[in-house]
Amino acid sequence: MDLENQQRVKDLTEKHGAENVVVLIGAAEAEAAGLAAETVTNGDPTFAGPLAGVQLGLRVFHAVEETFKSAVDEGVYDDQIGMMEMVLEVDEIIEEMEEIRGEFGKFND
Amino acid sequence: MSVFDGKKIIIIGDRDGIPGPAIEECLKSTDADVVYSSTECFV
Repeated sequence: MDLENQQRVKDLTEKHGAENVVVLIGAAEAEAAGLAAETVTNGDPTFAGPLAGVQLGLRVFHAVEETFKSAVDEGVYDDQIGMMEMVLEVDEIIEEMEEIRGEFGKFND
Repeated sequence: MSVFDGKKIIIIGDRDGIPGPAIEECLKSTDADVVYSSTECFV
């Protein structure tokens, strides 16, 4: 995750409280999704950015996950995301996200 | 009622995956509050 976004996540979490924040990721690959998810839960794994060593434990989901899909309007989802959902490696992304949440998430509800 | 209702949402989209505005558009029908939306480029 780029450094500016890490700073924003840090600032917004301080402002609103970690329990009130949810991060949504649109990464194209499972590995990138996992890195972004790890960054907002366990801290920046590359130790380069503002979230290095900062364990926010935020709720984090990818836009192709059922939790997001079932929460939004089906027609809008199909228009906006349906096409990419067919192209992306959805199963791998979901597996990666579940693993990171299970390991580092503080709000597993 | 979903996990997103009443929550502050941070969107980290991807130019080659799902861009921020697409995720934002989907959330308009919910009670979620998008506080930040960006679209990263990994190239």
